[in-house]
Amino acid sequence: MADPVSPAASPTVESAAGLSTDSSHDSTAGQFARSDEGSAIARFFRATEIDTRMLGILGALILIWIVFHIFSDGRFLTPRNLWNLSVQTASVAIMSTGMVLVIVTRHIDLSVGSMLGFIAMVMGVTQAQFLPDMIGQGNAFIWVIALAVGICVGAVLGGIHGYVIAYLGVPAFIVTVGGLLVWRGAAWWVTSGQTVAPMDPTFRLMGGGPYGSIGATWSWVIAVIACVAIALSVVLQRRNRKRFDFPLRPLWAEGTIVGVGCVLVLGVVAVFNSYPWPKGIVRRHVAENNIVLAEGETLFIAHGIAIPVLIAVAIGLLMTFIATRTRFGRYVFAMGGNPEAAELAGINTRWVTMKIFILMGMLCGVAAAISTARLNASTNAQGTLDELLVIAAAVIGGTSLGGGIGTIAGAMIGAVVMQSLQSGMVLLGVDAPFQNIIVGVVLVVAVYLDSLYRRRQG
Amino acid sequence: MTTPTDGRVPADAEKVVEMSDISISFGGIHAVDHASLDLHLGEVVALLGHNGAGKSTFIKILSGAYKRDTGTIRVRGAEEKIDNPRDAKALGIETIYQTLALADNVDTAANLYLGRELRTAWGTLDDVAMEARAREVMGRLNPRFQRFKEPVKALSGGQRQSVAIARAILFNAQILIMDEPTAALGPQETAQVGELIKQLKQDGISIFLISHDIEDVFELADRVAVMKNGQMVGHAPVTAVSKDDVLGMIILGKCPHGATPGPGAVTVNTSNVVEAQP
Repeated sequence: MADPVSPAASPTVESAAGLSTDSSHDSTAGQFARSDEGSAIARFFRATEIDTRMLGILGALILIWIVFHIFSDGRFLTPRNLWNLSVQTASVAIMSTGMVLVIVTRHIDLSVGSMLGFIAMVMGVTQAQFLPDMIGQGNAFIWVIALAVGICVGAVLGGIHGYVIAYLGVPAFIVTVGGLLVWRGAAWWVTSGQTVAPMDPTFRLMGGGPYGSIGATWSWVIAVIACVAIALSVVLQRRNRKRFDFPLRPLWAEGTIVGVGCVLVLGVVAVFNSYPWPKGIVRRHVAENNIVLAEGETLFIAHGIAIPVLIAVAIGLLMTFIATRTRFGRYVFAMGGNPEAAELAGINTRWVTMKIFILMGMLCGVAAAISTARLNASTNAQGTLDELLVIAAAVIGGTSLGGGIGTIAGAMIGAVVMQSLQSGMVLLGVDAPFQNIIVGVVLVVAVYLDSLYRRRQG
Repeated sequence: MTTPTDGRVPADAEKVVEMSDISISFGGIHAVDHASLDLHLGEVVALLGHNGAGKSTFIKILSGAYKRDTGTIRVRGAEEKIDNPRDAKALGIETIYQTLALADNVDTAANLYLGRELRTAWGTLDDVAMEARAREVMGRLNPRFQRFKEPVKALSGGQRQSVAIARAILFNAQILIMDEPTAALGPQETAQVGELIKQLKQDGISIFLISHDIEDVFELADRVAVMKNGQMVGHAPVTAVSKDDVLGMIILGKCPHGATPGPGAVTVNTSNVVEAQP
């Protein structure tokens, strides 16, 4: 430290130069643009500022996909299977975003699957009995109201957990184990164990399927919007940095990021657009819409992006925004890093904790809606053991059980990994008990590898 | 005798903090027992005492980390209710805790602004503005420091200390509490903290300094106060007492002639005292 009023060697001058050649610098790997240092790969990662751990998970995912593809004689990496995979992942992916915040603050939520079950029953009964009586069968607003009811019930359930944990001081593990038992029992109690079916037709769209997908045109529209958004965000970030003379990423790195991002988005949408409607559905569609076809001609109607997948992506973006750009998100991570420091900084840690669990409950509500829509029914067994998948997804995605570290995107990729394992094993005809063994082993190995990685990083 | 400090504070200087008859108990143990201490404008008061004497606890009452059981606190003449850290900060009281109270997993700017973040017009965090101000403040304290993007956990002890100090300066502390600021630092960094304290004093900031290092105390402080077993033994201008006198206050609770005694001072029957070997 030098004399506090010294203007010498101001950081502005050094950083405006972009590259610093001062060897007495405080910087180490993790700082920018010392392009003379390290291997080409290390330089690449430093310049693009890509999180290597995230890449590691993606790499593992791709490896799993390739392995399954080979062993299933090429049935895994087909548009149909990948599309189904995306829909199956949606509800766990949504819940895993909330679980990240819970685990980051050194809590846990084991009641997630039971909350889903109870909320699903309440939504089912609302749709099938209350709303048709109140506003008429087939009313266009049934799905909105039912979804809103589900989210509100989730908020209340989460609020109960949050209150007991934050204000009464009972450990989250115990409270949510209690919740796991209570809400599962309550789910049975809603209809004395009876399954509720069918659901409102518009509500069912949230479950995917040919009608619950947005089709080729709209999928391309969304893909283009996404690419533009990626490019814009990179441009805006660069402009912001320039404004304050912060070190900039090299232009080629910015270009690579935009390029790779767009290729990924377009690739995924292309896959979804390659999965056609089943022949029976196409025939019905042709008949209903009086489309004239030549002899022997078939219509290729692509599914496009499934609605539950869109919902999951939207929630992922929203949660990432909340976690990184809001005060609430900042407080969540600070509390996870050092609860005492957060208190001394004047943060209302109890209220933040309560909000985390309320948010978790609301996300369970959305996941319950998707799950119910897919099943076209509410059963009291819905969501059983989902909490394990959700926690596994978050942890595989890089969320540390010690608190303070985690990303939303990682958790969603983790959910894809878990679901890929399960789908792949089904495709290979692996017995269900053996599937559980594999999933369990993979989870432990993944966390072990992650801890090794963290130790190496220091 | 003692080394006089620069810029001695006149006896009739304004009192910025008056802590009167402060007590707090934890589970039956009187951590602080009817202790009183004042701080004048531009003064550095060092608070000494053995481990567990109650120094940190006493000062945390001023910083809002603990809520006192009894006693009053006056800041700039007005009685204030300091029930939480926010209240203290609103009065211009900033604290550098012994543990630094930094969130290890977030970066420097986030720590500087923790609890008091800058926000954009949309209500989102204005990370860019916070980082700019962070660079400014850290640049004054530690011009070579560039590791703004890394979580604070990756920084060295001295760098983390600068971040904790920068946080106090950033919000224009009028009253600064420093709890063992040099305990984890090497000699060079300790000297730098000493320079900083002198600079802050020149800027008119009043400082409570908790330290184990008597040399530092006699170098930097205007007055020294000693606590023992939760009670205030006494306080004195640094020029009026010797280091041995202060040691006597810490270890025996014996208040020397140049010092104003407090409730914790003991009147010692000299025939029973065993003189410590130099």
